[in-house]
Amino acid sequence: MLRLQDVSIKYGEFTAISNVNIEVKSGEIIVLLGANGAGKSTSFRAISGLSKPHQGDILFQGRSILKLSADKIVQAGIVQCSEGRNLFSAMSVQENLQMGAYIHRRKKQQIKQSMEHVYELFPILHEKRHDAAGSLSGGQQQMLAIGRALMSKPKLMMLDEPSVGLAPLIVEQMFAVIQQINQEGMTILLAEQNANAALKIASKGYVFESGSIVTEGTREQLLANDRIRKAYIGA
Amino acid sequence: MTSIFNKRNSIIFFVLLSLIFPAVVPNDYFLYLMTTAFIWVIAVSGLNILAGYTGYLSLAHAGFFAIGAYSLGLLTVKVEMNYWIAFVLTLGITSLSGLLVGLIALRTKEHFFAIYTLCVGYIIYLVIDKWEGLTGGVRGLIGIPTPANIGSLAFDSVHSQYYLVLFFMLLSLLIIYRIVHSLTGRTFIAIRNSEQLATTIGVSTMKNKLLAFVLSTFFAGMSGALYASVIRFIGPEIAYTSVMFDLLMYLLVGGIGTISGPIVGAIVIVWVSQQLQFLQEYRMLIFGPLLTLIIIFYPRGIVGAFISLKTRAQAKKRKVPIVNESLTPTQKQIEEG
Repeated sequence: MLRLQDVSIKYGEFTAISNVNIEVKSGEIIVLLGANGAGKSTSFRAISGLSKPHQGDILFQGRSILKLSADKIVQAGIVQCSEGRNLFSAMSVQENLQMGAYIHRRKKQQIKQSMEHVYELFPILHEKRHDAAGSLSGGQQQMLAIGRALMSKPKLMMLDEPSVGLAPLIVEQMFAVIQQINQEGMTILLAEQNANAALKIASKGYVFESGSIVTEGTREQLLANDRIRKAYIGA
Repeated sequence: MTSIFNKRNSIIFFVLLSLIFPAVVPNDYFLYLMTTAFIWVIAVSGLNILAGYTGYLSLAHAGFFAIGAYSLGLLTVKVEMNYWIAFVLTLGITSLSGLLVGLIALRTKEHFFAIYTLCVGYIIYLVIDKWEGLTGGVRGLIGIPTPANIGSLAFDSVHSQYYLVLFFMLLSLLIIYRIVHSLTGRTFIAIRNSEQLATTIGVSTMKNKLLAFVLSTFFAGMSGALYASVIRFIGPEIAYTSVMFDLLMYLLVGGIGTISGPIVGAIVIVWVSQQLQFLQEYRMLIFGPLLTLIIIFYPRGIVGAFISLKTRAQAKKRKVPIVNESLTPTQKQIEEG
């Protein structure tokens, strides 16, 4: 479904990622593991069109999306749920969700259905639908960010560190929902530092270290890898 | 529910007030003053779409105001076109020039955008000032006709012009209100909030920024056209930077990013500066510190200050009973005891 071929990105003279190869098949949950600054977010920025690679190619459903602008990539079916719970904080929860459906703005009926779906996944958002997004707690903001991404009905959803700064219980709920979304047919690309939680639901993972992929493998392979266990799972 | 009722009531109250205003003022001069204030309201509200809601501070709008005024003036005086056809053409001309400028200007961001548009505004001033063959240069353009009759409605008196400008102001405000509260308006706000975030949910930011830019120049043009036909004499100074800073002052004092801000700002400042007229050039000695204080203590202007006071009062009202109800019986006893 999505394939990164030898993608490299430079910020000025600094090479943020080099020769990254990632393959995501339809229906999978793929996780990118790595510490801060290892290149996970940069890879996401490359896929969503915010940073253009100086080398390599990105194919989505067999077509190169390198030349597409960021908003066209959303229309093609890839949406990013960015790190740091980037919301429109002055808008209400419901308005944030409506903005998420921007590319479907003519399809009123569909928007209504997706919104009901999001409220089903996160009932707390329905309760707070008229509150300003900025007034929500961290976990609720993360839910809203995921909900807003769902509103665009993507084929592939990218989640950048959905667990960061959340209480362990909330993290568990969050991953349960991610798994549920995946079972409903969504392909998911996840960036995480919390390898333990992420590998529970992912089928395959890539490990980033200082801008390149050092290890890749299925969940079982990664869990069996001593180095990975020491570095990211702590067991 | 009551708040909607209040809002609606106060809108009705102010519209009625503006309708009977000509009957209660002692002389035509006040009416004339109010008419010019309304004209500024249109221009500032237009600027507000771009600077207030989309987050792009344009300093070229005095230029577009002047393009509107000169287009109408030239079309009616030199081409001798029918007034209302010229009026509609003027709106087209300003919007088109807005489109062309916007296409280039919007490639820049933040202070670079402000500096770029400041230059564009100054270039427009220079063109008007130096192109004597077309604009009459420093001598300006005189004898611009008053708006032509519509049926039996004539617009040659101060009263009738007041109502005409009031009509256009209310129409503009209604249109802007509808835009701001639509998905388009929310898209503008999303861009102000974070342009990158807006793109990652699929908003074509360039298209929307351009739309905001063109809309704001449309209203600047309308305002300029009305100005030309009410004042009936225009000179290149209406494109000058000081006019731009007047517009900005109305917006900031009134409240940037609010619908009523431009109305409050333009009317208050036009009246206050009128009252301080007797001080002549010394009035800036009062005005300057006053402005500085407002910007420091109320960065969102008079309307912004009013809104925050209101929400604070509401929060207080809501909080007090809830706290009391939530107390358990023992806590109540403790408090009472």
